[in-house]
Amino acid sequence: MLRFFIKKLLLAATTLITVSVITFGLFFAAPNNPAELMCGNRKTCTPAQQESIARRMGLDKPVAQQYADFMAGIVKGRTFGEGDAMRECPAPCLGYSFRNDEPVTDIIGRTLPVTLSIVFGAAVVWLLIGVSVGMVSALRKGTIFDRGAVGFSLAGASMPILLFGPLLLIIFVYETGWLAYPSYTPITENPAKWAAAMLLPWLALGFINSALYARLSRAQMVETLSEDFVRTARAKGMTKFRVYGKHALRAAITPIVTIAGLDLGTYLGGTVVTETIFGFTGLGKASLNAAINLDMPLVMATVLLAALFIVAANVIVDVLYSFIDPRVRLA
Amino acid sequence: MTDGATGPVGLKVTTADEPAADVSATDAEKSVLGRSPGQLAWMRLKRDRTAWASGSALVFFALVAIAAPLIERLYGKGPLDRFSDKLDGNGNPLGYLGGVSSEHWLGVQPRLGRDILIQIVYGMRTSLLVALSAALLTIVLGVVIGILAGYLGGKVDAVLSWLTDLTLAFPFYIFCFAFVPIAVAQRYGPTDQEASWFRPLLLIVVFVLFNWTYSARLVRGQVLTLREREFVEAARASGAGLGHVLFRQLLPNLWAPILVTFSLNVPALITAEAALSFLGIGILEPTPDLGRLIADSVNYVRDDPAFTLTGGITLFVLVLAFNLFGDSMRDALDPKSDR
Repeated sequence: MLRFFIKKLLLAATTLITVSVITFGLFFAAPNNPAELMCGNRKTCTPAQQESIARRMGLDKPVAQQYADFMAGIVKGRTFGEGDAMRECPAPCLGYSFRNDEPVTDIIGRTLPVTLSIVFGAAVVWLLIGVSVGMVSALRKGTIFDRGAVGFSLAGASMPILLFGPLLLIIFVYETGWLAYPSYTPITENPAKWAAAMLLPWLALGFINSALYARLSRAQMVETLSEDFVRTARAKGMTKFRVYGKHALRAAITPIVTIAGLDLGTYLGGTVVTETIFGFTGLGKASLNAAINLDMPLVMATVLLAALFIVAANVIVDVLYSFIDPRVRLA
Repeated sequence: MTDGATGPVGLKVTTADEPAADVSATDAEKSVLGRSPGQLAWMRLKRDRTAWASGSALVFFALVAIAAPLIERLYGKGPLDRFSDKLDGNGNPLGYLGGVSSEHWLGVQPRLGRDILIQIVYGMRTSLLVALSAALLTIVLGVVIGILAGYLGGKVDAVLSWLTDLTLAFPFYIFCFAFVPIAVAQRYGPTDQEASWFRPLLLIVVFVLFNWTYSARLVRGQVLTLREREFVEAARASGAGLGHVLFRQLLPNLWAPILVTFSLNVPALITAEAALSFLGIGILEPTPDLGRLIADSVNYVRDDPAFTLTGGITLFVLVLAFNLFGDSMRDALDPKSDR
């Protein structure tokens, strides 16, 4: 068990380091001039300005040295520039955004809670709706409810958030006025306001994903219900509720939990489209703005963070799965 | 329970099954003629009503996209023509539903005063062009990598599988934010005008780079079982080269999953392309594009909701048609489905 766990961790670490090398190479070692890219107004940037940026960011050093500095900064923190222009970047330092004149970690600390709020709330919505619709339609296979649910999951899976998000805004904000246009309030400040602002993004992201989960859980449940142990349990006189609700549900839901874990990892890296439609500045939107402003240290940090979420979700799902299903460990 | 109670459900199933049973019966009689799996799949597809509906929709969209210049001439308005006389003082379209009239069938764009219908026609052209070419190249790359990893095994397989895992670890959208502006800055100086083909090409490249993993895994899995079969051994024993075994012996056995993956990948790419263009990273002004049109319409969602919905619904119908057709195709190509 321990060996399996260590092997997974090592593999994850290798992957993350490779991702960081590739991203780093893209930004700082690509044949273009990173200092020129990061210069305030590229059209009027003088060579002297470029040089000072390069020196402040350490771009004049060899690339390998820059990469080592970056990695060391995550552990120890680092400083950029000297004299008046010196900027402190405490550990874990993921770089310094000269555009915003603050460490990248501060920006992430501000925007990540927004994304976390959106993703976890939406996940509750899509798991609740998706799994229950899927389970019920599997139990009532062939009925009108089932056919309705299948239709719902087909249409919902094709529904682009580019249509559904604005549609929710039109219905709930502009036409009926039931909700105000969302504006983020931290949960620590006012939980009620926080939830009210999150309602629309939860609905939007949650509904669209619930279609996929309904489809998946219906298929899983239909398969499980046809298995021998379900028939045996029913034949020996167990109640329907216990057989379907406990035994069959547990078997059917395992693969769904796996997929939900991986989806969560992907979404934590940023739900850019949702954030943009509803006007939130989450991790994804911050990264998009940084990309448009060519604020390279921030973009790079968000790429790494998002990759970390994906890889971590993979490891967690693998390890959890190995507890549930011992066959995985042997493979 | 009476027969009537089970009637509707049972009836539905038997009517769906009966013609199938008939055909398989006649199949058995005529089996002297023999039918290729392709012919069987085609027959199943022809009997599927969803396939007909979604297939016709796809043909219609394709025709619209191909004939866009012709439509422009018949309709009398280009995608960049501005009709400022159709806007009020605030730049909002005059009339109902965003200025729908006999002249402008889907209304006019607020502020810019462009005709929305012709924007959508040309926008669909961009979407389909990017999504189809990306899907095609994706599947080629995925199949080549998957077939090599599966057949050669050993070190090649280990390296290629690791490459797959690595690619999956990249956060797609965020990496695009990093990659696209850098690639643009690489080729164009700060004051240069980008060529209109550059962004679509860039999008295709990014999509191919990050999308091949699924088809590669699928093909690898299939090849792992196929390579132990006698026909492969026979080909090798008779001195066939690697290329022959891979592409003449193995590939023909993989068409079904390849076609299904391809047809379900296209709508996913249409969505991704629209999302990137919506975010301002994909297709840029003045190239007409669905995602860009929606991005613009969202600014006016309060005053002109019809505009927002028009673009969104077009995207939805396009994606839905592809998804339904892909599903039907999967059912038709699945040898286990006896529908």
